[in-house]
Amino acid sequence: MDVKKIFKLRAGYQDLLIPFLSIITSLVIGAIIIYASGANVYAAYKGLWQGSFGNARTIAETFVSTTPYILTGLAVAFGFRCGLFNIGAEGQLYAGALAAAYIGYAWRGLPHFIHLPIAIIAGIIAGGIWGAIPGYLKAKTGAHEVINTIMMNHIMIRLTDYLVKNPMLDPKASVPRTAYILKSAYLPKIFPGFRLHWGFILAIIAIFLIYYILFKTKVGFEIRTVGLNQDAARYAGMNISKNFVLAMAISGGLAGLAGAGEVLGLNYNLPAAFVSGFGFDAIAIALLAKSNPFAVFPSAMLWAALRNGAGLMQVRAKISIDLVNIIQAFVIMFIAAPNIVRYLYRIRAEREKAGVLLTKGWGQ
Amino acid sequence: MEKSNYKTIVFSALTIILNLLIIRFSFRFLGQDLKSIIGFGKLGSISVFTGRTIFILACLGLAGSIFPLVRRLEKFINLSFFVTAFVAVATLILWAGIDSKFDIVGLLALSLRLSTPIVLGALSGILCERTGVINIAIEGMMLTAACIGFTAALYLGNIWLGLICAVVSGAVMSLLHAFLSVTMITDQIISGTVINILAVGLTGFIRRSFLIRARLSRTAILPIITVPLLAKIPIIGAIIFTNQPIVFMMMGLVALITILLFKTRWGLRTRSIGEHPEAADTVGINVFKMKYQNVMLGGMLAGLAGAWFSLETTGSFDDLMTNGKGFIALAAMIFGKWHPVGAFTGGLIFGFSDALQIIFQIKGIPIPPQFLWMLPYLITMVVLAGVIGKSTPPAADGKPYIKR
Repeated sequence: MDVKKIFKLRAGYQDLLIPFLSIITSLVIGAIIIYASGANVYAAYKGLWQGSFGNARTIAETFVSTTPYILTGLAVAFGFRCGLFNIGAEGQLYAGALAAAYIGYAWRGLPHFIHLPIAIIAGIIAGGIWGAIPGYLKAKTGAHEVINTIMMNHIMIRLTDYLVKNPMLDPKASVPRTAYILKSAYLPKIFPGFRLHWGFILAIIAIFLIYYILFKTKVGFEIRTVGLNQDAARYAGMNISKNFVLAMAISGGLAGLAGAGEVLGLNYNLPAAFVSGFGFDAIAIALLAKSNPFAVFPSAMLWAALRNGAGLMQVRAKISIDLVNIIQAFVIMFIAAPNIVRYLYRIRAEREKAGVLLTKGWGQ
Repeated sequence: MEKSNYKTIVFSALTIILNLLIIRFSFRFLGQDLKSIIGFGKLGSISVFTGRTIFILACLGLAGSIFPLVRRLEKFINLSFFVTAFVAVATLILWAGIDSKFDIVGLLALSLRLSTPIVLGALSGILCERTGVINIAIEGMMLTAACIGFTAALYLGNIWLGLICAVVSGAVMSLLHAFLSVTMITDQIISGTVINILAVGLTGFIRRSFLIRARLSRTAILPIITVPLLAKIPIIGAIIFTNQPIVFMMMGLVALITILLFKTRWGLRTRSIGEHPEAADTVGINVFKMKYQNVMLGGMLAGLAGAWFSLETTGSFDDLMTNGKGFIALAAMIFGKWHPVGAFTGGLIFGFSDALQIIFQIKGIPIPPQFLWMLPYLITMVVLAGVIGKSTPPAADGKPYIKR
């Protein structure tokens, strides 16, 4: 694949400049908040950096967190391309984690090269089904996916809690969790001694795959057309309902893969106390990446670095880790409202071009 | 015709299955002479045979759900749905009432109380969306207000000042929403998401930086007000006229906003902007000013709803204490077809399902609590899927207005 072509996807140097300036501005605002609350700005940001990229271990850990961020970020970005706002990546991730954990510990006696793929695919399918339901409801009843996906997050988090504490509970465990998955379902580590696992490679493959689906296949063309202009898509004879369901299923499948990766590559079981938060941050990652599959990678890495570095920042500068959330909110705000950044730095607006239409009211 | 038949059949099939399941469930009690005691507050209580009552109710529900199928009458679908829902709820209440009194008045009073933030949130949504600004940031505004209101009450030592600060903080958050979505023409759903994320970070930051270190971790809660004379009316007095201030404010605001929206010049202007901003602009209405005004009023309502969490119920603040109620408020708004009274009804239904869940847990009904917690979210989805028929938003809802 030609590198130049990748950047031409949504060309224009402003598409790189504005996210960059957004991040810088948000960090400056963060610095002001740190200063105002009486902490040392230098120590805080040094802690943030060392906690995320300080040494080989923290770098590997940052990539460990990058993995689910890439997949959930791709999930939300894929929805955006079809004009759907999937806030349900969190629930779909739980669905994938549940399915992968179940296959991982309950299906015994399979060799590694069969057991692992089945567990992964089960995660993808579970997430896909959980994503397809709001897609179907939107297509058939017009119920807005934003509310339905949020409701399904709540339902899935409760369902996971119930399943892990009752039918899937490991009676021998001291804290409520499922049984450990079998060795034959493990996602192997990439380097010995580090927690980074092959889920990361899968996430990278997913980036290329999603790029291919979106821009090189008929399916992707239809999904993007529906996302940009439903009326045009309908006139062209495309089935809007089918595309809604399909886009949500693929989106959910990606989030489900993220959940499967967390279970099969990292935890090796599903604890009742499983909290990811990846699905919610994914919205920000997709926005920051402007729904471009390749840009999801650096965005996910930034989010992972902020998440991982926050701990050391808290220790070094005695500043609450929630500061990171505030910085993140400002990043999305500036990305979503580029006019603020343009005003701050006196950048002239580019010629209007066909962008990605993200959401459309309550939809009818 | 084809399509409506399809819908009739699916819905009837679902309600019939549910009623059959309830009949099957009643067999558990038919053999034994169990009695349920249903209380009506101070009026006393009645006791009925559990099994037989459930059986009879479910048979009636079954008849009600077969009826529209036989006659192919689409207009009876909703009726059969509500009859079945009533049967299901009555069954649960009878089940919970076995050998221990189940107080209906207490249930309804709790429902009204729990519906307060949902109704206020829905009113906030109505004000914004009637001027064409989608507000999914109600959750974030409520959370911020709950935090700021509690912090203010804690440091200023006066709970009423805390209430005022909560309302103001809601307005400040909504000012950001208005700035982003009206002036900066940002996608309104994204602008709302920004506020929701910002609220999580901000409140967590305030809690861990200030509240945890504070000398006190609790404040008093708003006092219960008993309306003289009216509170003496049986049943209604206990449910409506003995409450905390925000519940009263909520009921007053439903009436007030209904009148303002549909009987005043301000209301007409607001609605005209939501339907056709260009036309409104042409006749000299200041679209931007009205949008800012209404979004900020909406923010104040969301702020009041936030204060309900920290100042009226717990007297403390916890991370994410609004727990998705802001989104349920949106569902109540859609359920109510963007009308305050409809939103009030929707809010009451959600409050009722919340109250049921709490009382069942106290009563120790052997349903896993996780399924009871799911109930409001499931009901939201069923409601949105069109039990209530088509719900059409204001025509210009979500579209930024660009003056030409």
